[in-house]
Amino acid sequence: MTGGTITERPAPDRIAYWQAVDSGRLLLMATAAMLVTAAFAVTAVEAQPHAAHHYPIYWAAALAFGGFIAFGELLRLSLPGGREVAPIAMVGAMSYALLLALPTYGYTKQSALLVIAVAAVGMAVGALPHVAAGRPAGITGICSRIVAVACVAFIFRPMVSADFVHKPWELAFSIMALLVCFGWLVDALIGALIRADDVGARFSVAMLDEIRLQWPLGLAVGASVIITVFSAKAVGLGILAVFTGPLLVTQLAFRRYAGIRATYLQTVRSLARVTEVAGYVEGGHSRRVSRLAVAVGRGLGMPEPDLLALEYAALMHDIGQLSLRDPIPGGATVLVSAADQDRIAELGADVIRVAGVLDDVAELVRCQSWPAVGHDPSPPLGSMIIRAANAFDDMVGGSINRDKSAAALDRLRLDRIEYDAGVVEALAEVAGRRVPSRL
Amino acid sequence: MVSRAAWLYIVVVVAVTGTLIATTHRLPAHIHQRLMVLVVLQVLFLVCDSTKTPLTSRQTKWSPSSAATLAAVVLLGPVCAAYVGAVSLVSLRRPLLLAERLFNGAMYALCGLAAGTTYVRLHGPIGVPDAMQFRRIAIVFAVAATVHVLANHTLIWGVYRLNRGSGMLRREGLEASLPLLLASDLGYACLGLVIASLWMIMGWFSAMLVLVPLFVARWAMGQFAEQQRAYAATMNALCQAVETKDYYTRGHGDRVSRGAVMIARQIGMSSDRTDAIRFAGMLHDVGKLGVPTQVLQKTGALTEDEYAAIQLHPMRGLEIVREIGFLYEALNGIMHHHERIDGRGYPMGLAGHEIPEFARVIAVADAFDSMTSTRSYREAKSIQMAIGELRRGAGTQFDPLLVEAFIEALDFEEWPLPAPARAPADLTIVTVQDHDDPTAPLQVVVP
Repeated sequence: MTGGTITERPAPDRIAYWQAVDSGRLLLMATAAMLVTAAFAVTAVEAQPHAAHHYPIYWAAALAFGGFIAFGELLRLSLPGGREVAPIAMVGAMSYALLLALPTYGYTKQSALLVIAVAAVGMAVGALPHVAAGRPAGITGICSRIVAVACVAFIFRPMVSADFVHKPWELAFSIMALLVCFGWLVDALIGALIRADDVGARFSVAMLDEIRLQWPLGLAVGASVIITVFSAKAVGLGILAVFTGPLLVTQLAFRRYAGIRATYLQTVRSLARVTEVAGYVEGGHSRRVSRLAVAVGRGLGMPEPDLLALEYAALMHDIGQLSLRDPIPGGATVLVSAADQDRIAELGADVIRVAGVLDDVAELVRCQSWPAVGHDPSPPLGSMIIRAANAFDDMVGGSINRDKSAAALDRLRLDRIEYDAGVVEALAEVAGRRVPSRL
Repeated sequence: MVSRAAWLYIVVVVAVTGTLIATTHRLPAHIHQRLMVLVVLQVLFLVCDSTKTPLTSRQTKWSPSSAATLAAVVLLGPVCAAYVGAVSLVSLRRPLLLAERLFNGAMYALCGLAAGTTYVRLHGPIGVPDAMQFRRIAIVFAVAATVHVLANHTLIWGVYRLNRGSGMLRREGLEASLPLLLASDLGYACLGLVIASLWMIMGWFSAMLVLVPLFVARWAMGQFAEQQRAYAATMNALCQAVETKDYYTRGHGDRVSRGAVMIARQIGMSSDRTDAIRFAGMLHDVGKLGVPTQVLQKTGALTEDEYAAIQLHPMRGLEIVREIGFLYEALNGIMHHHERIDGRGYPMGLAGHEIPEFARVIAVADAFDSMTSTRSYREAKSIQMAIGELRRGAGTQFDPLLVEAFIEALDFEEWPLPAPARAPADLTIVTVQDHDDPTAPLQVVVP
């Protein structure tokens, strides 16, 4: 009865940076780099001391918004699913792009390129402390924000004129609302593209996930941008300092939400290991099954909330064994009788149902022992995935031997009753991708 | 549920507020022209006040309504700010006692009046903020907002204290979450000045616009609270699953967690640490899973090897929970909860204050629950007897200060004694059958 053989793997974000750079990221970075270079070049040429619009306030605004953006970048946060966002930096950059007028100065004259330059400098300065503290620089996120801001700035900056500013506020408001949505969509689109590349999700699913997950924050950012622009028009740049208060509290709320989500997942991951420590299953089994199941589910186009339920269910799929007085020899559920498998699944579902908040997870665990064909009712997709992933891992274990995994896949393919053919093919694809550094 | 002292307090607050509004302040001139502003801000206040959200725990509710009152301070002056705050009287939140309504109305009115008076005394100009004076307005406003937040919390503190005693504040975790609450309140109070600034351009629509980020923040806080509940429930379910293996100790983790939290609050731990110790208490014995079932359920004396297997359980527990993003202290608590003050405990044999505080706290609650529940070799002891045992062990096994804190806390809070035991008919199938019903009474065989 040994426990402790928990295999340690490097977390994905700890792979060397150049290994993670792929074509999508490269394209994004090249675009952002081009924009920023052009912005710096033109700004440097334009920055003649005697140009007509060079009131001190012109530079004061650039400085104020740059500082605001840097501050926001410093306070970036991680949303569920490892999405790095910087809502306050986004509010700053978008507000600077949409800034209409300042009191006693009239309509604002910064060009779209200056907006990009200020956003880039602000974000770079805000990212420095992260780098100094040994955290990732978040270059992908910064590039995505810069491109989104650039899209908005290129459309809006040419519109701003003395005439435009004196039109009724409703007109500017409507245009801004549209542009804020547009900028947010660009950001979400880039996020989805990168994500689809990173984890092998379908783009359409990734885009819907992005929208579903980001809209509350996007809404808050959009409203805050419009509030900032109009109140700055009324009372000047001082409003930036005042508005920081409520923005910080809102961000705090999101941070706490994201934090508890992460802790929740970590806890389920860790506690799912009790079956290993107790000697019921082989070390690392639940985690490997969950990783495999999530990859298969993603390949089959499951959206993120379903993937989360699948991950929890896969982590806890053996928890029913805790109710057995003594471990099954070897712990491999694939080797015990169908009746016993059903019983373990039912017991596990009962354990999870006690929580009262994970009934969908319990359902997946309950149905994991059902054969894919001929069972009435037929099992949910998640359960079929867990069944196949579990069987695969029981046969292959932590090994990355290709022959072993090919043999296991053949065995699953032959059993057309027990395992769903589509799931097994998706599994084969995932298993083919497995490389030592990720496992 | 309102004590006589609290009623008296509420009556005094209402009377003071009424008198102040009636005597010292006159309505601003041309109020009929500003009526629209007043009504919009009152509606804004009502909307904010009716959608309070839990902030850290069930007890602490938070609402951004102060933004409406403070916008009224700038736009309309102190008396109208009081009228905005008084709307709390007709809050749509339910259920709300009459005493609560009266108090909230008077309290928010008084806060508005106090903030408004501060603002006027410091020569803050009433009306839509002027860009030329904005810096001065912002500074004066900050002072007024601080006065509002402090007055609000002081008045609420008074009613809590009179109604439920000073110990209650601490035990409900209100004291510990106060800094966070003050910071959030101050942050959203700033929104008052933003509304006032926007008013020049978009009028009543500014109140609508400001509601958007407010509601998103509220949504996030609601999500946080929901996730926190789900998290606690899942943790509980998993701990129960772990405990089915050793049915003598069913509910043990939960009770130790409660005991540890009682001690933590009694000694004034911060809310973050209290949360951490709650989970540490719940999970402190999770490592027992690594101990063979036969040893855990053995009724006779243990062999040396079996004892060694049991001594390993804190380490096993640490191994399981190591990767959870807990406070480092929680891990220490789990690892060292069987250390003794005199250094004769396990696994490390630490002594005195070498033992982490979390571990010392859990040790007290752990021993107490073990004594007050039935074990295979003895009946449960009474609470008084268990307290006697704790006192006897203070200084050798337990930290004396923590023992006293726990005994004090037991005076206020009832201890959830495990249900009396009954012998199961067939020992071998009990663990499996019981598993369906987690609320089943503890099944114990008395030798």
